[in-house]
Amino acid sequence: MHLRRVVPSGFGIYRQAIGFPSGSHGHVGRGRSRGGLCLSMTVTAAFFYLFATITIASGFMVIASRNPVQSVLFLILAFVNAAGLFLMMGAEFLAMILVIVYVGAVAVLFLFVVMMLDVDFAALRQGFLQYLPFGALIGIVLLIELIFVVSAYVVDPGLMRAPAVPIPAPDVMTNTEALGQVLYTRYFYFFQTAGLILLVAMIGAIVLTLRERVGVRRQNISMQNARTQETAVQVRKVPFRQGI
Amino acid sequence: MVIGLGHYLTVAAVLFTLGVFGIFINRKNVIVILMSIELILLSVNINLVAFSTHLNDIVGQVFALLILTVAAAEAAIGLAILVVFFRNRGSIAVEDVNMMRG
Repeated sequence: MHLRRVVPSGFGIYRQAIGFPSGSHGHVGRGRSRGGLCLSMTVTAAFFYLFATITIASGFMVIASRNPVQSVLFLILAFVNAAGLFLMMGAEFLAMILVIVYVGAVAVLFLFVVMMLDVDFAALRQGFLQYLPFGALIGIVLLIELIFVVSAYVVDPGLMRAPAVPIPAPDVMTNTEALGQVLYTRYFYFFQTAGLILLVAMIGAIVLTLRERVGVRRQNISMQNARTQETAVQVRKVPFRQGI
Repeated sequence: MVIGLGHYLTVAAVLFTLGVFGIFINRKNVIVILMSIELILLSVNINLVAFSTHLNDIVGQVFALLILTVAAAEAAIGLAILVVFFRNRGSIAVEDVNMMRG
Protein backbone atom coordinates (compact mmCIF):
# COMPACT_ATOMS: atom_id res chain seq x y z
CA MET A 1 0.00 0.00 0.00
CA HIS A 2 1.39 3.34 -0.94
CA LEU A 3 0.59 6.23 1.30
CA ARG A 4 -0.25 9.31 -0.66
CA ARG A 5 1.89 12.07 0.69
CA VAL A 6 1.06 15.73 0.71
CA VAL A 7 3.88 17.46 -1.12
CA PRO A 8 4.64 20.98 0.03
CA SER A 9 4.64 23.31 -2.89
CA GLY A 10 8.25 24.33 -2.51
CA PHE A 11 9.59 20.84 -3.23
CA GLY A 12 7.79 20.48 -6.52
CA ILE A 13 8.84 23.88 -7.67
CA TYR A 14 12.40 23.15 -6.64
CA ARG A 15 12.47 19.84 -8.46
CA GLN A 16 11.20 21.49 -11.59
CA ALA A 17 13.50 24.41 -11.18
CA ILE A 18 16.73 22.49 -11.03
CA GLY A 19 16.10 20.47 -14.09
CA PHE A 20 13.85 17.61 -13.23
CA PRO A 21 12.08 16.20 -16.23
CA SER A 22 8.75 17.91 -16.06
CA GLY A 23 6.97 14.83 -17.35
CA SER A 24 7.26 12.93 -14.09
CA HIS A 25 6.61 15.91 -11.86
CA GLY A 26 4.26 17.94 -13.94
CA HIS A 27 1.38 17.08 -11.66
CA VAL A 28 2.92 18.88 -8.71
CA GLY A 29 2.46 22.37 -9.91
CA ARG A 30 -0.64 21.77 -11.95
CA GLY A 31 -3.46 24.18 -11.51
CA ARG A 32 -1.53 26.75 -9.57
CA SER A 33 -1.84 30.35 -10.54
CA ARG A 34 1.17 32.28 -11.70
CA GLY A 35 1.28 34.44 -8.56
CA GLY A 36 1.33 31.45 -6.26
CA LEU A 37 4.17 29.94 -8.25
CA CYS A 38 6.31 33.03 -7.86
CA LEU A 39 5.52 33.22 -4.17
CA SER A 40 6.50 29.61 -3.49
CA MET A 41 9.71 30.06 -5.45
CA THR A 42 10.51 33.04 -3.30
CA VAL A 43 9.75 31.03 -0.17
CA THR A 44 12.00 28.21 -1.41
CA ALA A 45 14.82 30.63 -2.08
CA ALA A 46 14.32 32.27 1.30
CA PHE A 47 14.54 28.93 3.08
CA PHE A 48 17.58 27.94 1.05
CA TYR A 49 19.42 31.12 1.95
CA LEU A 50 18.38 30.78 5.60
CA PHE A 51 19.67 27.21 5.88
CA ALA A 52 22.80 27.88 3.84
CA THR A 53 23.74 30.99 5.79
CA ILE A 54 23.30 29.36 9.17
CA THR A 55 25.18 26.24 8.03
CA ILE A 56 28.17 28.21 6.82
CA ALA A 57 28.18 30.60 9.77
CA SER A 58 28.05 27.78 12.30
CA GLY A 59 30.69 25.88 10.32
CA PHE A 60 32.92 28.92 10.68
CA MET A 61 32.18 29.12 14.40
CA VAL A 62 33.12 25.43 14.78
CA ILE A 63 36.68 26.15 13.73
CA ALA A 64 36.95 29.64 15.20
CA SER A 65 35.33 29.18 18.60
CA ARG A 66 37.56 29.42 21.65
CA ASN A 67 35.82 26.78 23.66
CA PRO A 68 35.52 23.23 22.22
CA VAL A 69 32.14 22.81 23.92
CA GLN A 70 30.86 25.74 21.89
CA SER A 71 32.45 24.17 18.81
CA VAL A 72 30.44 21.00 19.35
CA LEU A 73 27.24 22.98 19.83
CA PHE A 74 27.87 24.90 16.61
CA LEU A 75 28.57 21.59 14.87
CA ILE A 76 25.12 20.43 15.96
CA LEU A 77 23.62 23.64 14.55
CA ALA A 78 25.46 23.10 11.25
CA PHE A 79 24.17 19.53 11.00
CA VAL A 80 20.58 20.51 11.71
CA ASN A 81 20.66 23.18 9.02
CA ALA A 82 22.34 20.82 6.57
CA ALA A 83 19.43 18.47 7.26
CA GLY A 84 17.17 21.35 6.23
CA LEU A 85 19.12 21.65 2.98
CA PHE A 86 18.74 17.90 2.39
CA LEU A 87 15.02 18.25 2.99
CA MET A 88 14.82 20.97 0.37
CA MET A 89 16.64 18.72 -2.10
CA GLY A 90 14.08 15.98 -1.55
CA ALA A 91 16.27 13.58 0.44
CA GLU A 92 13.99 13.24 3.43
CA PHE A 93 15.43 10.00 4.74
CA LEU A 94 18.99 11.31 4.72
CA ALA A 95 17.86 14.49 6.46
CA MET A 96 16.27 12.52 9.28
CA ILE A 97 19.27 10.18 9.50
CA LEU A 98 21.53 13.22 9.71
CA VAL A 99 19.55 14.55 12.66
CA ILE A 100 19.33 11.18 14.42
CA VAL A 101 22.83 9.83 13.80
CA TYR A 102 24.85 13.00 13.86
CA VAL A 103 23.05 15.19 16.34
CA GLY A 104 21.86 12.29 18.44
CA ALA A 105 24.97 10.12 18.48
CA VAL A 106 28.14 11.58 17.03
CA ALA A 107 27.80 15.12 18.36
CA VAL A 108 26.84 13.84 21.80
CA LEU A 109 29.90 11.55 21.67
CA PHE A 110 32.03 14.61 20.93
CA LEU A 111 30.39 16.45 23.78
CA PHE A 112 31.10 13.59 26.19
CA VAL A 113 34.76 13.42 25.17
CA VAL A 114 35.22 17.19 25.37
CA MET A 115 33.77 17.26 28.85
CA MET A 116 35.55 14.10 29.99
CA LEU A 117 39.05 15.24 29.07
CA ASP A 118 40.34 17.76 31.51
CA VAL A 119 42.15 19.91 28.99
CA ASP A 120 43.56 23.35 29.53
CA PHE A 121 41.72 25.06 26.73
CA ALA A 122 43.63 28.31 27.02
CA ALA A 123 46.89 26.54 26.22
CA LEU A 124 45.34 24.95 23.19
CA ARG A 125 44.75 28.30 21.56
CA GLN A 126 48.42 29.21 21.55
CA GLY A 127 49.86 28.94 18.07
CA PHE A 128 46.54 29.96 16.56
CA LEU A 129 48.07 33.04 14.95
CA GLN A 130 51.23 31.13 14.08
CA TYR A 131 49.38 28.84 11.70
CA LEU A 132 46.85 31.43 10.54
CA PRO A 133 48.76 32.76 7.46
CA PHE A 134 49.55 29.28 6.17
CA GLY A 135 46.04 28.03 6.79
CA ALA A 136 44.54 31.14 5.21
CA LEU A 137 46.73 30.66 2.14
CA ILE A 138 45.67 27.04 1.72
CA GLY A 139 42.03 27.91 2.34
CA ILE A 140 41.98 30.78 -0.14
CA VAL A 141 43.69 28.72 -2.85
CA LEU A 142 41.24 25.89 -2.30
CA LEU A 143 38.26 28.25 -2.30
CA ILE A 144 39.37 29.89 -5.57
CA GLU A 145 39.80 26.51 -7.21
CA LEU A 146 36.40 25.37 -6.02
CA ILE A 147 34.82 28.61 -7.26
CA PHE A 148 36.35 27.98 -10.69
CA VAL A 149 34.92 24.48 -10.66
CA VAL A 150 31.47 25.53 -9.46
CA SER A 151 31.21 28.42 -11.93
CA ALA A 152 32.42 26.46 -14.96
CA TYR A 153 31.06 22.93 -14.63
CA VAL A 154 28.86 21.37 -17.28
CA VAL A 155 26.79 18.31 -16.48
CA ASP A 156 26.94 15.68 -19.20
CA PRO A 157 23.47 15.59 -20.81
CA GLY A 158 23.83 11.85 -21.25
CA LEU A 159 23.77 11.46 -17.47
CA MET A 160 20.53 13.41 -17.25
CA ARG A 161 18.90 11.19 -19.85
CA ALA A 162 19.92 7.83 -18.38
CA PRO A 163 19.92 7.74 -14.58
CA ALA A 164 21.00 4.41 -13.09
CA VAL A 165 18.01 4.28 -10.74
CA PRO A 166 15.50 7.08 -11.31
CA ILE A 167 13.91 8.72 -8.29
CA PRO A 168 10.22 7.87 -8.28
CA ALA A 169 7.70 10.68 -8.05
CA PRO A 170 7.00 11.66 -4.43
CA ASP A 171 3.38 10.61 -4.54
CA VAL A 172 4.15 7.18 -5.96
CA MET A 173 6.77 6.13 -3.44
CA THR A 174 8.32 7.77 -0.43
CA ASN A 175 12.00 8.60 -0.43
CA THR A 176 12.66 6.05 2.32
CA GLU A 177 10.98 3.27 0.40
CA ALA A 178 12.78 4.11 -2.84
CA LEU A 179 16.12 4.17 -1.04
CA GLY A 180 15.43 0.83 0.62
CA GLN A 181 14.44 -0.82 -2.64
CA VAL A 182 17.81 0.10 -4.10
CA LEU A 183 19.98 -0.32 -1.03
CA TYR A 184 18.94 -3.86 -0.13
CA THR A 185 19.03 -5.24 -3.67
CA ARG A 186 21.39 -3.54 -6.03
CA TYR A 187 23.83 -2.21 -3.43
CA PHE A 188 23.51 -5.07 -0.99
CA TYR A 189 27.26 -5.71 -0.75
CA PHE A 190 27.89 -2.03 -0.05
CA PHE A 191 25.33 -2.24 2.72
CA GLN A 192 27.04 -5.29 4.19
CA THR A 193 30.42 -3.59 3.95
CA ALA A 194 29.04 -0.58 5.80
CA GLY A 195 27.88 -2.89 8.55
CA LEU A 196 31.31 -4.50 8.67
CA ILE A 197 32.96 -1.07 8.95
CA LEU A 198 30.70 -0.22 11.89
CA LEU A 199 31.55 -3.54 13.55
CA VAL A 200 35.27 -2.94 13.13
CA ALA A 201 34.86 0.58 14.50
CA MET A 202 32.98 -0.70 17.53
CA ILE A 203 35.52 -3.42 18.32
CA GLY A 204 38.40 -1.03 17.68
CA ALA A 205 37.01 1.61 20.01
CA ILE A 206 36.45 -0.97 22.76
CA VAL A 207 39.92 -2.50 22.36
CA LEU A 208 41.58 0.91 22.33
CA THR A 209 39.93 2.27 25.44
CA LEU A 210 39.82 -0.91 27.54
CA ARG A 211 42.52 -0.92 30.16
CA GLU A 212 43.57 -3.41 32.80
CA ARG A 213 44.02 -1.50 36.00
CA VAL A 214 46.55 -2.84 38.48
CA GLY A 215 45.40 -3.37 42.03
CA VAL A 216 41.78 -4.06 41.16
CA ARG A 217 40.47 -7.38 42.52
CA ARG A 218 38.42 -9.19 39.92
CA GLN A 219 36.40 -12.36 40.17
CA ASN A 220 38.06 -15.23 38.28
CA ILE A 221 35.36 -17.80 37.87
CA SER A 222 37.46 -20.58 36.35
CA MET A 223 39.93 -20.24 39.20
CA GLN A 224 37.08 -20.44 41.69
CA ASN A 225 35.70 -23.55 40.03
CA ALA A 226 39.14 -25.19 39.96
CA ARG A 227 39.42 -25.04 43.75
CA THR A 228 39.00 -28.38 45.49
CA GLN A 229 38.81 -29.31 49.11
CA GLU A 230 42.48 -30.30 49.11
CA THR A 231 43.70 -26.93 47.90
CA ALA A 232 41.29 -24.91 50.02
CA VAL A 233 41.15 -26.60 53.44
CA GLN A 234 43.98 -27.97 55.49
CA VAL A 235 43.23 -30.35 58.37
CA ARG A 236 45.89 -30.29 61.07
CA LYS A 237 46.17 -32.39 64.22
CA VAL A 238 46.58 -29.99 67.10
CA PRO A 239 48.56 -31.44 70.01
CA PHE A 240 47.08 -30.98 73.49
CA ARG A 241 48.22 -27.78 75.27
CA GLN A 242 50.77 -26.92 72.62
CA GLY A 243 49.00 -25.25 69.75
CA ILE A 244 50.46 -24.95 66.31
CA MET B 1 15.17 33.60 -8.09
CA VAL B 2 15.66 29.94 -8.90
CA ILE B 3 17.72 27.81 -6.56
CA GLY B 4 19.68 25.41 -8.69
CA LEU B 5 22.49 22.94 -8.50
CA GLY B 6 25.14 25.67 -8.42
CA HIS B 7 23.79 27.13 -5.19
CA TYR B 8 24.11 23.83 -3.37
CA LEU B 9 27.56 23.21 -4.82
CA THR B 10 28.64 26.64 -3.60
CA VAL B 11 27.46 25.91 -0.06
CA ALA B 12 29.31 22.59 -0.13
CA ALA B 13 32.47 24.23 -1.48
CA VAL B 14 32.46 26.89 1.25
CA LEU B 15 31.87 24.24 3.91
CA PHE B 16 34.72 22.10 2.53
CA THR B 17 37.07 25.07 2.59
CA LEU B 18 36.09 25.85 6.16
CA GLY B 19 36.88 22.26 7.12
CA VAL B 20 40.32 22.31 5.52
CA PHE B 21 41.02 25.73 7.01
CA GLY B 22 40.00 24.43 10.43
CA ILE B 23 42.48 21.55 10.18
CA PHE B 24 45.29 23.99 9.49
CA ILE B 25 44.59 26.61 12.13
CA ASN B 26 43.70 24.32 15.02
CA ARG B 27 46.96 22.43 15.12
CA LYS B 28 46.91 21.99 18.88
CA ASN B 29 43.41 20.70 19.32
CA VAL B 30 42.62 17.26 17.96
CA ILE B 31 38.93 17.53 18.86
CA VAL B 32 38.43 20.51 16.56
CA ILE B 33 40.37 18.70 13.82
CA LEU B 34 37.96 15.78 14.10
CA MET B 35 35.05 18.21 13.90
CA SER B 36 36.62 19.77 10.78
CA ILE B 37 36.75 16.33 9.19
CA GLU B 38 33.05 15.95 9.99
CA LEU B 39 32.40 19.26 8.23
CA ILE B 40 34.33 18.09 5.16
CA LEU B 41 32.34 14.85 4.99
CA LEU B 42 29.11 16.82 5.41
CA SER B 43 30.01 19.00 2.44
CA VAL B 44 30.72 15.90 0.35
CA ASN B 45 27.30 14.60 1.31
CA ILE B 46 25.66 17.85 0.24
CA ASN B 47 27.40 17.50 -3.14
CA LEU B 48 26.23 13.91 -3.56
CA VAL B 49 22.62 14.68 -2.67
CA ALA B 50 22.58 17.79 -4.90
CA PHE B 51 23.76 15.79 -7.89
CA SER B 52 21.36 12.98 -7.00
CA THR B 53 18.47 15.42 -7.19
CA HIS B 54 19.81 17.14 -10.26
CA LEU B 55 20.32 13.93 -12.23
CA ASN B 56 17.12 12.35 -10.91
CA ASP B 57 19.16 9.37 -9.75
CA ILE B 58 18.81 7.89 -6.27
CA VAL B 59 22.23 6.21 -6.27
CA GLY B 60 23.80 9.44 -5.00
CA GLN B 61 21.67 9.22 -1.89
CA VAL B 62 22.73 5.60 -1.35
CA PHE B 63 26.36 6.63 -1.42
CA ALA B 64 25.67 9.61 0.84
CA LEU B 65 24.27 7.08 3.32
CA LEU B 66 27.47 5.02 3.09
CA ILE B 67 29.59 8.13 3.65
CA LEU B 68 27.48 8.89 6.72
CA THR B 69 28.30 5.41 8.05
CA VAL B 70 32.01 5.81 7.44
CA ALA B 71 31.96 9.24 9.09
CA ALA B 72 30.30 7.83 12.20
CA ALA B 73 32.85 5.00 12.42
CA GLU B 74 35.69 7.44 11.91
CA ALA B 75 34.41 9.69 14.69
CA ALA B 76 34.18 6.75 17.09
CA ILE B 77 37.70 5.49 16.32
CA GLY B 78 39.17 9.00 16.37
CA LEU B 79 37.67 9.80 19.73
CA ALA B 80 38.86 6.46 21.14
CA ILE B 81 42.41 7.18 19.98
CA LEU B 82 42.08 10.67 21.48
CA VAL B 83 41.02 9.29 24.86
CA VAL B 84 43.94 6.82 24.92
CA PHE B 85 46.35 9.54 23.84
CA PHE B 86 45.14 11.90 26.53
CA ARG B 87 45.45 9.14 29.12
CA ASN B 88 49.09 8.58 28.17
CA ARG B 89 50.20 12.15 27.60
CA GLY B 90 47.89 14.45 29.50
CA SER B 91 47.42 16.69 26.49
CA ILE B 92 45.70 16.54 23.12
CA ALA B 93 48.13 18.67 21.12
CA VAL B 94 48.93 17.27 17.70
CA GLU B 95 52.53 18.37 18.02
CA ASP B 96 53.10 15.73 20.69
CA VAL B 97 51.78 12.96 18.46
CA ASN B 98 55.22 12.21 17.01
CA MET B 99 55.98 10.23 20.16
CA MET B 100 53.81 7.52 18.65
CA ARG B 101 56.17 6.78 15.82
CA GLY B 102 58.26 3.66 15.96
